Amino acid sequence: MKFVDEYRREEDARKLIAAIHRLVTKPWTIMEVCGGQTHTILKSGIDRLLPPEVTVVHGPGCPVCVTPLELIDKAIALARMPRIIFTSFGDMLRVPGSDGDLLSVKAQGGDVRMVYSPLDALRLAQKNPEREIVFFAVGFETTAPANAMAIWQARQMGLKNFSVLCAQVRVPPAIELILNDPHNKVQGFIAAGHVCTVMGYWEYEPIAEKYRVPIVVTGFEPLDLLQGIYMVLRALEEGRWGVENQYVRSVRREGNLQAQRLMGEVFQICDRQWRGIGLVRGGGLCLKPEFSEFDAERRFGLQGITVSESPVCIAGDILQGKKKPYDCPAFGRDCTPEHPLGAPMVSSEGACAAYYQYGRER
Amino acid sequence: MCLGVPGKVLSIEENPLGITIGKVSFGGIVKEVCLAYVPDVQVGDYVVVHVGFAISKIDEEQAKSFFEFLGQIEQELEDKP
Repeated sequence: MKFVDEYRREEDARKLIAAIHRLVTKPWTIMEVCGGQTHTILKSGIDRLLPPEVTVVHGPGCPVCVTPLELIDKAIALARMPRIIFTSFGDMLRVPGSDGDLLSVKAQGGDVRMVYSPLDALRLAQKNPEREIVFFAVGFETTAPANAMAIWQARQMGLKNFSVLCAQVRVPPAIELILNDPHNKVQGFIAAGHVCTVMGYWEYEPIAEKYRVPIVVTGFEPLDLLQGIYMVLRALEEGRWGVENQYVRSVRREGNLQAQRLMGEVFQICDRQWRGIGLVRGGGLCLKPEFSEFDAERRFGLQGITVSESPVCIAGDILQGKKKPYDCPAFGRDCTPEHPLGAPMVSSEGACAAYYQYGRER
Repeated sequence: MCLGVPGKVLSIEENPLGITIGKVSFGGIVKEVCLAYVPDVQVGDYVVVHVGFAISKIDEEQAKSFFEFLGQIEQELEDKP
């Protein structure tokens, strides 16, 4: 496929790896924020091909992993209600709540359906006027324009049986959270190319200046990542900081203004609890008051949910790059993709799932 | 979650709500995609698609810069093996 195959050529990867080896003179720790990039790095073996001086740690960029347990439990409570068709992207279905997951609710007779787009949920609402359709609006800024469009269209169409359980999250506050940690070891960042496709990278410029770190907006194919890693290491070796853009074929500094406009109409920035991390100031997007009729939490009055998190899982440390998945006592033993204790072992973007799938052990 | 797949725009039309939609081919698999966020898109352009929405039009001119970078790397490796 065009714009895919040409970024996967092994002989070109070898050249970039050789260039990185020639470039590096000191130990460096860099972080890729996005879980999709984590999987590319491990699947293609980039982590094993980099010089030993370079440590790559994995960031919190897995919206499935950081969706708070309370919201998972609320999703499960909604999915159990007979009148509701609960719709979600596939990767949320197996995330463990306090008691079971969405898939187990489906097995018990709940109407849980996987959708590929929030517009599929909208179509279900049109076709089933006697049922309530709830969509689990999960995701970073990449997904927010799609979810905003679904909510906006629902209002245009006068749909009274569509609502969303909102768990939208934002990347920049998470990067600041990592950099503010007194024990932070991350010296440079690979920023997520599709989040920046939507938002641009102007938001990252003050962060790069304040903390004096290089941030390179990077694509998702193996050669994109190798170029992004080369660019961030080159900046580190030369003592430079600031934002650079590797993913120029998709990302512009200002981002996608049409997408940002509709996001701004439907959502507003709010504080949000991140699973494993805690309260992230400005870490979420919530529905604006004028769209509150589409807020499932408000519509169905989900009170009195008490959560209980696995005492063993160290997802929080993994999501902040403080520990590797194999540092967890449960990794690969009590916690596997078949029987996950925490979200990072479930999600197609979770670091634990990637380490398990691609056989990374201590 | 932030997976984006490049595809080629085959057709463009408006849905009853006035939203621009189109058929996009991903290596032969054709899907209907919302094009509202790429207003200047034309048939034949490549777009990055995420959960049924085109989030950017791929800039083919900018895409060449990667291969220029690769050329520089090759040159450096040849000059100083």
